[in-house]
Amino acid sequence: MSEINLKIRIGSLELKNPVLVASGTFGYGIETADFMDLNQLGGIITKSLSLKPRKGNPPKRIAETPSGMLNAIGLANIGVEKFIEEKLPLLKKIDTKIIVNIAASSVEEYVECVRILDKEDIDAFEINVSCPNVKEGGLEFGRDLSRVGEITNKVVASTNKPVIIKLTPNVTYISQFARVAKEEGATAVSAINTLVGMAVNVYTRKPKLSHITGGLSGPAIRPLALAKVFEIIQNVDIPVIGIGGITSFEDALEFLIVGAKAVQIGTHNFVDPSGPLKIINGLEEYLRKFNFKDINEVIGSLQLN
Amino acid sequence: MMFQTFAQVIEKKILSDQIILVTFRSEELAKNAKPGQFVNVRVSESCYPYLRRPFSYCDVEGDTFKLMFTIFGQGTKILANAPIGSKFDVIGPLGNGFNLEDDYEHAIIVGGGLGIAPFPFFTRFLNEKKKIHSYIGARTKDFVVTYGLKNFQIATDDGSIGYHGNVVELLRMDLEKNTFYGKIKIFACGPTPMLKALKQLSEEFDVDCEVSTEESMACGFGICQGCPVELADSSGYKLVCKDGPVFNVKEIKL
Repeated sequence: MSEINLKIRIGSLELKNPVLVASGTFGYGIETADFMDLNQLGGIITKSLSLKPRKGNPPKRIAETPSGMLNAIGLANIGVEKFIEEKLPLLKKIDTKIIVNIAASSVEEYVECVRILDKEDIDAFEINVSCPNVKEGGLEFGRDLSRVGEITNKVVASTNKPVIIKLTPNVTYISQFARVAKEEGATAVSAINTLVGMAVNVYTRKPKLSHITGGLSGPAIRPLALAKVFEIIQNVDIPVIGIGGITSFEDALEFLIVGAKAVQIGTHNFVDPSGPLKIINGLEEYLRKFNFKDINEVIGSLQLN
Repeated sequence: MMFQTFAQVIEKKILSDQIILVTFRSEELAKNAKPGQFVNVRVSESCYPYLRRPFSYCDVEGDTFKLMFTIFGQGTKILANAPIGSKFDVIGPLGNGFNLEDDYEHAIIVGGGLGIAPFPFFTRFLNEKKKIHSYIGARTKDFVVTYGLKNFQIATDDGSIGYHGNVVELLRMDLEKNTFYGKIKIFACGPTPMLKALKQLSEEFDVDCEVSTEESMACGFGICQGCPVELADSSGYKLVCKDGPVFNVKEIKL
């Protein structure tokens, strides 16, 4: 049987396959080791880190919705320092790319986090400018073109590692934000973060989340995510990492065919913690079955007309 | 070690109008379980319902385990209607379980409503090692389940069976009468008001008390961070799925 190539390249970042696990859906990267061989992943994107630890929001933090869920975790995390001390040594034992996700409440905090982590043996940064569940930073930044530009510019200036900007879909034209990210030197963008959503318990007449609104994720958002990725690819020449409700290799292929260089598996990790491996194997089988030798032949191969 | 594996439905038993007991076969999930731990069941391969459903181990025997639940929503409806022989993708054992090894002679079980679910396994596991006293609370006699429990007393809100009143009051009367000779420890699971009352009772009588807590969760093993429980000193949160579901009642805010 001939070798199938699953390797892809995003700037200087080479992944053994295009399947990453999304920030906030995979803990600090090691918790899922009982369920699968983590060495097979294209990459692991850590839980969002802030400079100082964050407690996160009170319960209820999650609510199930049709084919998806709402979350308002509130960026609960152990902070950069403890991450370097306790989690990074374990992550480094895994033979995959480690991408650290940063979420901050100010431009200075983003830069400070990146400066500290830049000295560590990590492969790239993903900058979260799109969390809908915190008061400062998050969406407030992600919806403001000039702030996204400023954060990208300053983060890129603080590191030689690839910088991926994670974009919010809660804007009119996501491609404008991708363009700003490109102009300010980002290596790639990942799209999409969650959509702002809400659910009410009709028996108590209270919101189902303590934060009232939360981020909607899961298969419910997939067609929307795909359209946003398509919009970026049509308008801006920057590598895109597709995210949004991927549960199977077919779902992953939709994003790749549209032109995403890689995909992230998010909420589905909660439902099927060995899912990413099934998706990687499914991609390989698909390529074999349809006589492709290289995943790059499929990427961006959308047939229009 | 946690496992993700298929468990096969081998038996279903209706315990009351409301409550059903389903037996599954899976060696890994049965042999490695401790009382108070739970499993997370993928009830549908489709996207609706999407998230897994957590259930505590109700009983474990050989390579089988039982789950007890009420048919409440879409997920439990699917499980209750699953034909014998069907298989479900199940993750477990999850969570910490009860600390049974402590220094005590009498294990006092307090279960409110379906909160009795973890205690048949608990009772089987402790067997003759400790003296067990079970207190079962329910709204009416239709919700009372005594499956797998021994040496039990019942309290119902409407007095339709057993003591007319709540189960914590019933336990209080026994504590006041000092009917237990030897050191006791309370193990409880049930609605929050019951756990709150037990917290007060355990402080008053200076008795150790472990409670099994509940919170909406997605993953069941700590990656989604969706199931926080606040620490008693307000310093932060622990996760029900990973740090719990069993906590010393003094440790958390109820």
